[in-house]
Amino acid sequence: MVEVAHPGRWPRRSFWLGLVGVLVVLVTLELVARFELLPARWFPPVTVVFGALIELLPTGDLWADVGRTLQGWALGLGLAAGLAVPLGLLIGSVEPAYRACRAVIEFLRPIPSVALIPAAVLLFGIGTGMKVFLVAFAAFWPILFQAVYGVQDVSPGVKETARAYGLGPLARFGRVVLPSTLAYVATGLRISSAIALILAVTAELVVGAAGLGRAIVTAQTAAQVPRMYALIAVTGILGWLLSTGFHAVEARLLHWHPAQRKEVLA
Amino acid sequence: MSSSPPAVLEVASLAKSYPVRGGRTEAVAGVSFDVAPGEFVCLVGPSGCGKTTLLRCLAGLLAPSAGEVRLAGAPVRRPPPQMGFVSQDYSNSMLPWLKVDKNVTFPLRHKGIGARRRAELAAEALRVVGLSEFARHYPWQLSGGMQQRVAIARALAYQPEILLMDEPFASVDAQTRGELEDLLLDVWATYGVTTVFVTHDIDESVYLADRVIVLSRRPSTVARQVTVGLPRPRDQISTKELPEFTRLRTEVMRTIAQVGGGGPASSEHRAPPGSSRVAASP
Repeated sequence: MVEVAHPGRWPRRSFWLGLVGVLVVLVTLELVARFELLPARWFPPVTVVFGALIELLPTGDLWADVGRTLQGWALGLGLAAGLAVPLGLLIGSVEPAYRACRAVIEFLRPIPSVALIPAAVLLFGIGTGMKVFLVAFAAFWPILFQAVYGVQDVSPGVKETARAYGLGPLARFGRVVLPSTLAYVATGLRISSAIALILAVTAELVVGAAGLGRAIVTAQTAAQVPRMYALIAVTGILGWLLSTGFHAVEARLLHWHPAQRKEVLA
Repeated sequence: MSSSPPAVLEVASLAKSYPVRGGRTEAVAGVSFDVAPGEFVCLVGPSGCGKTTLLRCLAGLLAPSAGEVRLAGAPVRRPPPQMGFVSQDYSNSMLPWLKVDKNVTFPLRHKGIGARRRAELAAEALRVVGLSEFARHYPWQLSGGMQQRVAIARALAYQPEILLMDEPFASVDAQTRGELEDLLLDVWATYGVTTVFVTHDIDESVYLADRVIVLSRRPSTVARQVTVGLPRPRDQISTKELPEFTRLRTEVMRTIAQVGGGGPASSEHRAPPGSSRVAASP
């Protein structure tokens, strides 16, 4: 049942190649619009979208929407982590707890969060509570599985060594199980952070909770097409920034793990 | 053993059985021996004879089904604070997120030793095993032999009165193994720490020990005790070419062949690749 996710690093040498890739895509999109391969009315050139983005930047509206989306993201992710880490530690350490929870987890996990939107609206209305619930539900699973995996991945040899040197159960938990698990939780947080952003924007788009998602719908309804694309770009940039940040945290916390190791002497 | 000095470790009628489907299986059946202070004792025996089970009982990691282990007169019911432990699985005994020096000091904190003293003990132990310059490396950056030296340093820094070693050199190459054996003998001679060393390698047991305890096939009992009077300091070449070395080695080997003969364990005889050593079991 355990999903393992080890991150790939972002090698610096590929930075310039990446930049070239981005430029090629932007130029292609610009040309597609300029030559009207897609209807220019619904698909403005990149430069026009960029102009709309520049116009948006000084407005308080944009930043308020970014703030609301990030608030839903942060509260949901925090709630998910606050529940998933202790539960993961428990069911990873205690075999009967693992077996007791397994059936429930296997049933709940495949439910797409968006399928819960109607129920969430009934329970929490259309505001922040609903958004946080959906985000938390979706973000909960990767963190839970990483926590369980982190507990179970502590080698029996390490645990036995700790025991042979007289560390009691509490000391073994605090000095062996917990450090290993928290490093794995960093990976879970990175995965869940991306999912959380998707769910926050979805809740805003579909239900109309305040935030970037609703701003995108508003721009579309008002036929402010370049503005709509500019807002979509903002969600993308936001996702990229969050993912980069979590990658950095993860690389720090998990640098010792075989999947992250840089150099080996012998 | 009436003529021996008072024992630091006493093993009395120790037995260990495990529940299995339809009953219990006996791994150790009534093992008794004493270890004198400062003595180097090797436990050898045929494959699957319960050597590791026995050592885990001595370490307080396993509760015996019957009998008793006493360390300095007190019964061992859980890992005692004056006992150091080195296992075969060196890479899995290291905490991969801690650097070498922190791995060495890892067991010291809960012993109530202050940070400065811990650092001193680690520096000293790493110097003894020749790894001072690798203190700030991660264990996984080191070779297998070096990692096992870290494990020895960790045991030394713990300042144990008795050191238990479970086939510690079984998974390193023959050359490294010889170096580690000599390092261990140096450390033992310097610190005078009582050592109980489990191995399946007959040459190794005779080369290292004051006394070799040969265990029978499972369920293990003490088949024979062989006192090794070879002069110290010992040397990989000159000690091993002594006629007495050959005689003792043959004696241990014969005992193992007798106790393991005819059974499935004896059909598994196989020397490690690239090694001319005689193995009691693979």
